[in-house]
Amino acid sequence: MPTNAQSTTEDSPAFEFKSGVITIPVLNLFSTDINVITHQLREKIKQAPEFFTNSSTLLDLSAIQEKELNLTLLVDAINNSSMRVVGVRGGSSLQHQTAKELMIPVMATQNVSTAKPTEQPKVTHSAPVEPKNLPAAPSTIINQPVRSGQRIYAKGDLIITAQVSPGAEIMAEGNIHVYGSLRGRALAGVLGDEQASIFCSDLQAELVSIAGNYRISEDLDDSNRNVPVQIYLNNQALIIKNI
Amino acid sequence: MARIIVVTSGKGGVGKTTTSAAIAMGLAKKGHKTAVIDFDVGLRNLDLILGCERRVVYDFVNVINEEATLNQALIKDKRCSQLYILPASQTRDKDALTQEGVGKVLDELAKTFKYIVCDSPAGIERGANLAMYFADDAFVVTNPEVSSVRDSDRMLGILSSKSRRAEQGDEPIKEYLLLSRYDPKRVKLGAMLSVEDVQDILSLHLLGVIPESQSVLSASNAGEPVILDSDSDAGQAYSDVVDRYLGEDKPHRFIDEDKKGLFKRLFGS
Repeated sequence: MPTNAQSTTEDSPAFEFKSGVITIPVLNLFSTDINVITHQLREKIKQAPEFFTNSSTLLDLSAIQEKELNLTLLVDAINNSSMRVVGVRGGSSLQHQTAKELMIPVMATQNVSTAKPTEQPKVTHSAPVEPKNLPAAPSTIINQPVRSGQRIYAKGDLIITAQVSPGAEIMAEGNIHVYGSLRGRALAGVLGDEQASIFCSDLQAELVSIAGNYRISEDLDDSNRNVPVQIYLNNQALIIKNI
Repeated sequence: MARIIVVTSGKGGVGKTTTSAAIAMGLAKKGHKTAVIDFDVGLRNLDLILGCERRVVYDFVNVINEEATLNQALIKDKRCSQLYILPASQTRDKDALTQEGVGKVLDELAKTFKYIVCDSPAGIERGANLAMYFADDAFVVTNPEVSSVRDSDRMLGILSSKSRRAEQGDEPIKEYLLLSRYDPKRVKLGAMLSVEDVQDILSLHLLGVIPESQSVLSASNAGEPVILDSDSDAGQAYSDVVDRYLGEDKPHRFIDEDKKGLFKRLFGS
């Protein structure tokens, strides 16, 4: 039998499996009411459409695994909200069965990034395309206080030369610098840039997050409070260093 | 050019209407023709504080709906000929206010008045938004407690993003802090935020501190703006606020507990 004309020789492989790490938003579900979820999701997406549109997401069903859930409808609803479900973790075996019927991979509960290689391509495939333009995004500079209830989203770095009040939310795809008291929430590397840092001259934040790894005010060490700090990621661990 | 001042806070019960009445009267007493508008449609109060509740014929909503002219609705104060009051409607709700209608009324007032004081309702909904939308200056009334401070902070965010000046890219609204119901004794005990605490959170130009005072309640009940009671500490504090707003440099008072001598302590003040 003739072999394929463009046959590959043994020393030039057609593919290789590699373990890759990628950060995607995980949707932790607390309710099984699809209407409520869809409504709240739409509201969330409205607040930061650039961040969520066509973004892949992983459903975490741990909190509702005891409950009845129409996964088929839910996945439809989420896909219709312009996000893409690329996996499911946690949940009951019945829910896993449904997920398999929907061709959605079921992932290990502990760590998403150690998902089996066979599932890896799917995740990579539907990841947002935006990160490609990351380096080109210019910095955003804000020279007035960010007040409670205000939200600021920056495509590149975000530099604020005033205070950020409690109840305010600042987000950047790159680094965040706050030359004033940081009392609100600060989220750097929101599209998954693990190299991003947060710098502030007075840390009193409600929440800080780098590429989805976050810490709330209650868990801040007292030695880091009210002093200038740098916050960065080291092997998925959030490090807060006095500077 | 008329200046439109909004008296706002976010939170209710902090002293917006008391402040509106006091500074409007204060500005008028200084000889500036001043109008004060009650934006709290459905919860009309300003007319009571100014003691003109029995003279209300037409109101703000009537003027917006062109059921009455501005001159018909404006009530001239009996104590000061430079002060006019435009009362709110008690039988309607905030939906009766439209941006276009409010803009038209303010434009017309601006032709003859020097200062227009807008008494904002509490909250961050329609009434409050329209009260601040056209403003040039904002008096943010805050009580020295955390929830009031946070609500003021929220209001400041709205002032800097949703006003006409913000939307048209003009010079932003000038924001002033007015700390009311301040009690130095309780601050000393640590039961109340201090001026510094509030300033640290809001970082805003402090226009004045109004001490907690019995005279405010009695003035409200009597329908006399507290600023007319020149013997009371609150009245003096509001006079200072008006002077500072008009550019006078006056040192802040009522921030520290006054040390009472033995006689005063025995016989009261």
